[in-house]
Amino acid sequence: MTTPPDDCLARNEWICGAYLRTRRHILLDAVLQHLQLVTASVVIGLLVAVPLAVLARRMRRAAAPVLGVTTVLYTIPSLAMFSLLLPLYGLSATLVVTGLALYSLTLLVRNILAGLRAVPEETRQAALGMGYGPIRLLLTVELPLALPAAMAGLRIATVSSVSLVTVGAVVGFGGLGNLIYAGMNTYFKAQVLTASVLCVLIAVAADVLLLAVQRLATPWARARSR
Amino acid sequence: MRTLGDTWDWLTDPAHWAGDDGIGHRLQQHLVLTAVCLLVSCLIALPVALVLGHLGKGGALAVNLSNVGRAVPTFAVLVLLLLTPIGAWGDGPTVVALVLFAVPPLLTNAYVGMREVDPDVVRAARGMGMTGRQMLLHVELPLSLPMVLGGVRIAAVQLVATATIAALAGGGGLGRIITAGFNLASTPQVVAGAVLVAAFALAVEGIFEVVERLASRRAGGRR
Repeated sequence: MTTPPDDCLARNEWICGAYLRTRRHILLDAVLQHLQLVTASVVIGLLVAVPLAVLARRMRRAAAPVLGVTTVLYTIPSLAMFSLLLPLYGLSATLVVTGLALYSLTLLVRNILAGLRAVPEETRQAALGMGYGPIRLLLTVELPLALPAAMAGLRIATVSSVSLVTVGAVVGFGGLGNLIYAGMNTYFKAQVLTASVLCVLIAVAADVLLLAVQRLATPWARARSR
Repeated sequence: MRTLGDTWDWLTDPAHWAGDDGIGHRLQQHLVLTAVCLLVSCLIALPVALVLGHLGKGGALAVNLSNVGRAVPTFAVLVLLLLTPIGAWGDGPTVVALVLFAVPPLLTNAYVGMREVDPDVVRAARGMGMTGRQMLLHVELPLSLPMVLGGVRIAAVQLVATATIAALAGGGGLGRIITAGFNLASTPQVVAGAVLVAAFALAVEGIFEVVERLASRRAGGRR
């Protein structure tokens, strides 16, 4: 008869190398699902937020309802948001992505609008005087100048989404949250700690990556601060 | 559309309002938990933020704490605490996790509010011979009150939202109606719970909106 192994898994320790070795594939799958959910939701949020912010900037009357509705959406707790969408999507990844995209929307619309509003009137007038049409003005002058504020919103939205995905575990699509949820029910300490730490690492990595993108995309901001 | 009708039926069934698992008791748990955590977080964060803001020190700490807070999943902290010895004291993990998440916005807003007080006003107060304590309480605090209140509002709404997640880890409160609904595979119950939580969060947001308007009207009248 073989004796049961006396390793950190059997002793249920918080930090466990054997866990990392044996569950590598589970962890990798969870990280991938986590990244997919966050990326999809932030990209969708961005695709909806830019036109909304431009609309709110161009039409004064649209600003209050756009900001009001997105703020109300942000107030709804994540567990409630996922549950409210349940009749629409059932237990699916779409549900989690939609919920997170709605949260990103608030942060993105607010920041993009603030950025657009901060474009100096003289700059706009100068572009108009040079014969720029409204679309060219928007694409080549206003949006690039709004980029730093928009990127700040994007960073907050991404970091928040990385942590909120975990709540998606309630419908089975929570990325690393699934492992935390399962670990909670079985008192599996190594799994809970490892998944939690990975969540934070993803959030920090995403933030640093977006900061680098921002610096590359706005070379004029660096030149000015020098 | 059928779900809407079923949800309404679930919500208006008196049997779902009574008892330990009923809406009434869950609402009360949610309210008490949120209020206690808000009070504890304010008692911890506000004195520290006001003193740091008055001295003009620790700004990086106040701002970075807030960013770190956003990156750490509440749910993960809750479960981690649950598996430590704290997990043995009933609502202990929930309270600790909630306070941890309410402190950063309180700290950041109060600190920023204190730093944004017009330096000329502070210098004038010092010139009039005010002590540091007098300046803090009678000049800086009243002027930074809108920002401080803004932080309390963010913290309160965040607490209502996060208290919901506590139900995933077996805690009480309104989230429990949602998780119980998931376990029973009862969509009407899940949606009814979500509607209740969302309404509660929006109500808290609304109450703070009114309080802030009243406070700013009073501040405006004094000028």
